[in-house]
Amino acid sequence: MLTRLMRNEGVWLFTRSPAAILAAIATLAIVAGAAFAPWIAPTNPYDLASFSLIDGLLPPAWEDGGSPRFLLGTDDQGRDMLSSILYGARLSLSIAAMAMAVALLLGVGLGLAAGYLGGRFDAIVMRIADVQLALPAILTALLIDGISRGILPREMHDDLRVTVITLAIALSLWVNFARTARASVFVERSKDYVSAAIMMGQHPLRIMLRHILPNIVGPLLVIATVDLASAILLEATLSFLGVGLPADSPSLGTLIRIGMQYLLSGEWWILWIPTVFLVVLVVAINLLGDFLRDLFNPGMR
Amino acid sequence: MVAFAVKRLIQSVFVMLAVAFLAFSLFAFVGDPIAQMTGVETSLEDQDRLREDLGLNDPFVVQFTRFTGDMLRGEFGYSFRTREPIGAMILSRLPATLELGTVALLISLIVGIPAGIYTALRPRGVISQSLLIGTLIGVSIPTFVIGILLIFLFGVQLGWLPTYGRGGTVEIGWWRSSLFTAQGWRSLILPAITLGLFQLTLTMRLVRAQMMEVMRTDHIRFAIARGVPWRSIRYRHALPNTMIPVITIIGLQFGGVIAFSIVTESVFQWPGMGLLFLESIRFVDIPVMSVYLVVIAFFFVVINLAVDLLYVAIDPRLRVKESF
Repeated sequence: MLTRLMRNEGVWLFTRSPAAILAAIATLAIVAGAAFAPWIAPTNPYDLASFSLIDGLLPPAWEDGGSPRFLLGTDDQGRDMLSSILYGARLSLSIAAMAMAVALLLGVGLGLAAGYLGGRFDAIVMRIADVQLALPAILTALLIDGISRGILPREMHDDLRVTVITLAIALSLWVNFARTARASVFVERSKDYVSAAIMMGQHPLRIMLRHILPNIVGPLLVIATVDLASAILLEATLSFLGVGLPADSPSLGTLIRIGMQYLLSGEWWILWIPTVFLVVLVVAINLLGDFLRDLFNPGMR
Repeated sequence: MVAFAVKRLIQSVFVMLAVAFLAFSLFAFVGDPIAQMTGVETSLEDQDRLREDLGLNDPFVVQFTRFTGDMLRGEFGYSFRTREPIGAMILSRLPATLELGTVALLISLIVGIPAGIYTALRPRGVISQSLLIGTLIGVSIPTFVIGILLIFLFGVQLGWLPTYGRGGTVEIGWWRSSLFTAQGWRSLILPAITLGLFQLTLTMRLVRAQMMEVMRTDHIRFAIARGVPWRSIRYRHALPNTMIPVITIIGLQFGGVIAFSIVTESVFQWPGMGLLFLESIRFVDIPVMSVYLVVIAFFFVVINLAVDLLYVAIDPRLRVKESF
């Protein structure tokens, strides 16, 4: 009943917040575009046969010299920008979502256990978390990437690019989840329903997952939204720095890096369209995160 | 106070040892230095002799002790890629990053603190609302996009400022500074703003939250009830209490500035430590990576130590219960 009430209140607040509605529409549109990229994109940017150099550097359709075949113009290879962006967003979003899921599982698992078990386990997990919190996420991710380059042989490393990046991002973001989960568990642990469950002799695992976890979902959801935005930014930054995804399977960050070469020339669309796309995506997700935070912390309103 | 300082100092030494251990493990387990240093024509016996000469067959503990000793003496070894001594490489890049980071931090504090106070005192004003929306956008735009935007606007379109490198530098001993020439300052502006903007939004949000909290405390309410003038309440009673956490912010932001200087230096081709680190990752130059790690950790630890000690010195409440 509580969740239903909150959902109703949430829906009501949502309809009264134009920023949240706009953000939700933008996020949904981009996510849908990315998810259905293979079906709605005009061409397949990975398929070398689908584009030709003759169509290179065409401006967007509304500019002089643009072709209606390429709505957002083409890059120097003649690739359709719209398709590249849709596929890039698909890659960026799936890496970010996977990284977030790994971070969520790892962080919540460790946080729950640390908060519930306490003692030495708690101390060790929290020390690791402290050290990691002192290192900014981008530094952690770069380090993990660098180490993986040293350990894995070259060909293997190229094949495992996506996995390495995903893990690097996940390992730099789990701390937030762990700390939040632990703090919430501390609050919940002393409540009557947990004592009741303990006295009924239920297994600690069951108490953690079935009783405590549902009650701390709110703050975790907020963090997940905000961290999804961070994960997208992190992936984009790594790719922009040239240590993320290679140019033959470009994510949004890689597209921007390639576009940087055209900063001084007239082909503005190669740089600015992916950039605007990335910024709109992140702003929209952050707005949603803000909305959710206000929803779950009524005191902040 | 002294006991606390000693305790924190010992803690810091342990943190540094842990980092040194991590850096050494990088050295010891990632890649094979012999394979990097020798070519195909080197015979197996020669390789083994080299391995023995370099002490790579010694037990782990012996090697780690030697590694730590070398680090303490400032002998950081040689880069796999350029064969240069790493100490000299880092030292020549250090001033660029420190100058960039300091100016960025100053921008963030000089603009961020007043903006945070203003938005806390007038939360409903038009300026406050637009500043807050600005911070949301500031958090959402990645650093490298801000850099590209600034380059495009002030470098390409308007042509006012240089967009890469450090411009004119002056050497003071080994310290190569760009703070003493007009050209150097002009080159510094865009990277420093790029680096400072994200920190600025953080400063502003934190100061605002802190100020709003302080305004709700009992001593402020009492002052209001007593009819103390608003000016005095805000700036004499509330502000000093708001400023205490700002010290922590500076400590935290230092980490952020160092990390994001990697991105900023890459966008502006600023020849600092971040660019060096990035190159070392690209070319799997493990020694440079691990020395960078140690140097950065050293800065982190020193700053955090200073912040903690400053905290105790400034806030009398912390001196009463020295349990931590």
